[in-house]
Amino acid sequence: MLKFIGNILQNLTHKPATRPYPYQKRAPIAGNRGHLVIDPAVCIYCGLCSKRCPTQALAVTRKPNPNSWTLDPYRCILCGYCVEVCPKHCLSLKPEHGDYSSPNSP
Amino acid sequence: MSRITVIPFGPQHPVLPEPIQLRLELKDEKVVSALPVVGYVHRGLEKLVETKDYLQTVYITERVCGICSFIHSVAYCQGIETIMGVEVPPRARYLRVIWSETHRLHSHLLWFGLLADSFGFENLFMQIWRAREAVLDLQEATAGARVILGTCCVGGVRRDIDQTGRDLTLATLDKLEQDIKKIANPILKDYGVQQRTVGIGRISRELTYERGAVGPTARAAGIAQDLRQTGYAAYGELDFQPVVETAGDCYARLQVRVREMNQSIELIRRALERMPASPISVPVKGNPDGETVSRVEQPRGEVIYYLRGNGGKNLARMRIRTPTFANIPALLAMLPGAELANVPVITLSIDPCISCTER
Repeated sequence: MLKFIGNILQNLTHKPATRPYPYQKRAPIAGNRGHLVIDPAVCIYCGLCSKRCPTQALAVTRKPNPNSWTLDPYRCILCGYCVEVCPKHCLSLKPEHGDYSSPNSP
Repeated sequence: MSRITVIPFGPQHPVLPEPIQLRLELKDEKVVSALPVVGYVHRGLEKLVETKDYLQTVYITERVCGICSFIHSVAYCQGIETIMGVEVPPRARYLRVIWSETHRLHSHLLWFGLLADSFGFENLFMQIWRAREAVLDLQEATAGARVILGTCCVGGVRRDIDQTGRDLTLATLDKLEQDIKKIANPILKDYGVQQRTVGIGRISRELTYERGAVGPTARAAGIAQDLRQTGYAAYGELDFQPVVETAGDCYARLQVRVREMNQSIELIRRALERMPASPISVPVKGNPDGETVSRVEQPRGEVIYYLRGNGGKNLARMRIRTPTFANIPALLAMLPGAELANVPVITLSIDPCISCTER
């Protein structure tokens, strides 16, 4: 048990291992799959992403309907399969975790 | 007094991370027999597979278990690759080993913390989970997610570990090895821990074999059986030897897991050192037609995937036998004769994962 004394002293003198989360956020780790974004200027609305999505989180419409690409963030599991299959590479995953609580979520 | 009392242990119990009920028949404070009741978290994943194509199914298999998710996807992908005759590039096989072993590390650390919690050692629980955090951060940096990595795909892996990732992995492992040395070694010699684990939940080698136990539960009773010996992925090239203890009690199961943590660190180091340069995946064309059984070693033991495809893009049948399912009969053999106060420790010593069991 004496071997733990160093550990105890460290616990007394060091900062806590946790963060006061909502006030202090950790910097996102590069390469993390945080949220999905689209570049609408490049998208051709082929609908391949919505066909391959394992959770049906994506919906794509094209002519004769107006072109649209919508993501249901509550269904998305951030697997990145759509990013892989996109023929125009207009989808990408960004490392910041999306804040889906606000109406203008990323 | 020799009246039999029945006490329901679970499904909600402070030491159980997941719901399982054990109906304990007690004579005074001693367990006479135990009856397990499962079925609280059945999700119907095997049925769900029939509605998804075989490439989307990888994401379902990753979600069978929240702790050993990557290893589930390795088992599934290896099965599909066997059916379709796909040769996985060597670098992908090594990367699969690396992420499988980080999963084993964080799973064993999680279990160690929960065991400490089950015998009332809260401080140790916090210490171990703090050390575990480094493994999760490593997974986030190398694979892009903390637990459900999503990096395994049919034909290889999705991501490579470059020089930066390699340096980060080695630095994290060095730190973790120090942490394990600082925490685990004194704990194994601690009087209080030994009082709660040595001789508790003892099971003989013969009975373990008869009950079909797998993984650390079997290896703690002297059965040197580990699927990694078969050399799947790149394990055949990493001089792997299973960790075996002979006592068959809770302490032996703790020892096996602590030694396996050190072994995992060593395996990752070797894999990083010997990893050849090659592409990380090969394109896969066509649909699976045929059937196979795929077996890999998880932190809790051997998982078996039975896969059958009929030439369509959806699989006709997928069946999963998870390690906890195989370990429950052994648990029921450990409980009779135990004190009621030791039941939580014994139950946790097989590392029960109920969501896996019920799928």
